[in-house]
Amino acid sequence: MLTTSDTTPSRSRSLTSKQLPKATPWVIAVASIIVAAGISFLGLGRFSITVTAVLAGALNAIAVFAISAAYEGRRKAVDRVATTVVSSTFVLACVPLISLLWLTVSKGGAALDLNLLSRTMLGMKGILDQQYVAGEAGLAGGFYHAIVGTVLITLAACVISIPVGVLAAIYLVEYAGKNKLGKAITFLVDVMTGIPSIVAGLFAFALFSTIAELVMPAAAGVAKTGFTAAVALSVLMIPIVVRNTEEILRLVPMDLREASYALGVPKWKTIVKIVLPTSVSGILSGVTIAIARVIGETAPIMVTAGFAKTLNWNLFSGWMSTLPTYIYDSQLRPVSPGDAAIASSERAWAAALVLVALVMILNLLARVIAKVLAPKAGR
Amino acid sequence: MSKQIDIKDLNIYYGDFQAVEGVEMQIKPRSVTAFIGPSGCGKSTVLRTLNRMHEVIPGASVRGEVLMDGSDIYGAGVDPVNVRREVGMVFQRANPFPTMSIKENVLAGVRLNNKRLSKAEADDLTERALRGANLWNEVKDRLNLPGSGLSGGQQQRLCIARAIAVEPEVLLMDEPCSALDPISTLAIEDLINDLKDKYTVVIVTHNMQQAARVSDKTAFFNIAGTGKPGKLIEFNDTSVIFSNPEKEETENYISGRFG
Repeated sequence: MLTTSDTTPSRSRSLTSKQLPKATPWVIAVASIIVAAGISFLGLGRFSITVTAVLAGALNAIAVFAISAAYEGRRKAVDRVATTVVSSTFVLACVPLISLLWLTVSKGGAALDLNLLSRTMLGMKGILDQQYVAGEAGLAGGFYHAIVGTVLITLAACVISIPVGVLAAIYLVEYAGKNKLGKAITFLVDVMTGIPSIVAGLFAFALFSTIAELVMPAAAGVAKTGFTAAVALSVLMIPIVVRNTEEILRLVPMDLREASYALGVPKWKTIVKIVLPTSVSGILSGVTIAIARVIGETAPIMVTAGFAKTLNWNLFSGWMSTLPTYIYDSQLRPVSPGDAAIASSERAWAAALVLVALVMILNLLARVIAKVLAPKAGR
Repeated sequence: MSKQIDIKDLNIYYGDFQAVEGVEMQIKPRSVTAFIGPSGCGKSTVLRTLNRMHEVIPGASVRGEVLMDGSDIYGAGVDPVNVRREVGMVFQRANPFPTMSIKENVLAGVRLNNKRLSKAEADDLTERALRGANLWNEVKDRLNLPGSGLSGGQQQRLCIARAIAVEPEVLLMDEPCSALDPISTLAIEDLINDLKDKYTVVIVTHNMQQAARVSDKTAFFNIAGTGKPGKLIEFNDTSVIFSNPEKEETENYISGRFG
């Protein structure tokens, strides 16, 4: 028989154990940073962020382990070191992102103003930049045409690739099953995902050049339009849209489709009225990811839409610029040579800031839309 | 508004695998028929062939006849969509449409089948269907809230309301209470008793007490072993099955001496 306390008085296992105060890891971390900074200063004679960071990381791990092992025991010490390593890795992963954002905001923000946003490079001369660098005039030029180009080309790419991508995903999930066409499409989509963007650009240009040759021979270069660029971006976008939509559609429970079929609802209507509304928020986030992926493409735009200096609203005729090609062009071929090239560089940074802001706004928008459209489970 | 179902030599296949063999059965209108048997014996499969829902699974096929008031639902030119409008189904797991409110869920079948409803008709149908499913009093004040906010038992009754809103002839229920607590189960069993005044009800259940409580006739299915097709062992009045079955296999199963 198993009885309690009176027969087993000697086995008094305690449920409590020694624990370091909650603030200890933070104190150790701050102390490690100070000590590391001190060592860096004494050893190198100056303050170095890299040396301090590496030293602080190592010191922190050792100190946490030593202190915790001495006071709390080995198991908790290992746990604390693991926590420290994981959190440091997270901080490390954030460093490139934050420093990139910081650089873009500080450099781009300094140059950005309404003039840049509302003017094009029409009538831009090197002398204007030289005057700016000499402090005799404000920063001339702008990238209104590139913003318009980015928006138009990306919109056109969306118009082409969202229907194609979403419908292809619906085919794969709802109709293909395990048939050969479905497998072939899946394979081709996988291959398309890996196509280098410049190849997509060359493909679109070659395609439209061939068509242009047939329609009006000897019209070289007429194929360089915003629409050709949009087709090139679609080649990059469609596989992403298909993949993301496919995954989301597979998440819709089979139960819901069966419930709808059992009510005598035809398949197409089940898809349109039940499956798509249930998954629309996920599909939209997938689409946004695809847009964010292509909006920053440079290479396919260069070979398909060229570099426009001025505003062009027409997707079907003439060259167009987008923000990425504008940045590329400004950095590579400044308006003014020599010292005044810095003016082009400043415009490029401002354009980069606008581009990053566009992508961020898109992401935020997708989150808001996803939240609004997501199925509600409220009580 | 209910139909007789005659099943004649029904064989059901998943690809090359024969899941069910040679089922013969006559299901009377305005009655409750229970399918019992061990897991994997094919009772759900048979149930799903009664409204051609098994076809949703790729590779599934059927040989034999299922006659509804004399017309074969597997005959040439029969549209499964039309069959399903006559034969409603309630599933094991409650599956209200997550994007729709309680009211929209009830009206889903009618609206998605292209019928335009005036507001008064819609309100009337919602109330009738929810009353029919014994849910009206619990949800009448929150008809516009999402159906997924209800409790499990309420969700299942919402699914029943949704199924009877399209006014089918036959109602199939695939283990409708297996995920519910005894009180919700009781509510649904009471409901099944009411439903048989208007519909032909076929219910699959693992709960033999439930079969004994709600059904007029009981079909016992069994399987000889893994990989073998399921068979209908005995089909008789529920009172006979549970008191004095003809076959020893049935006796063993219902008395717990199975295997």
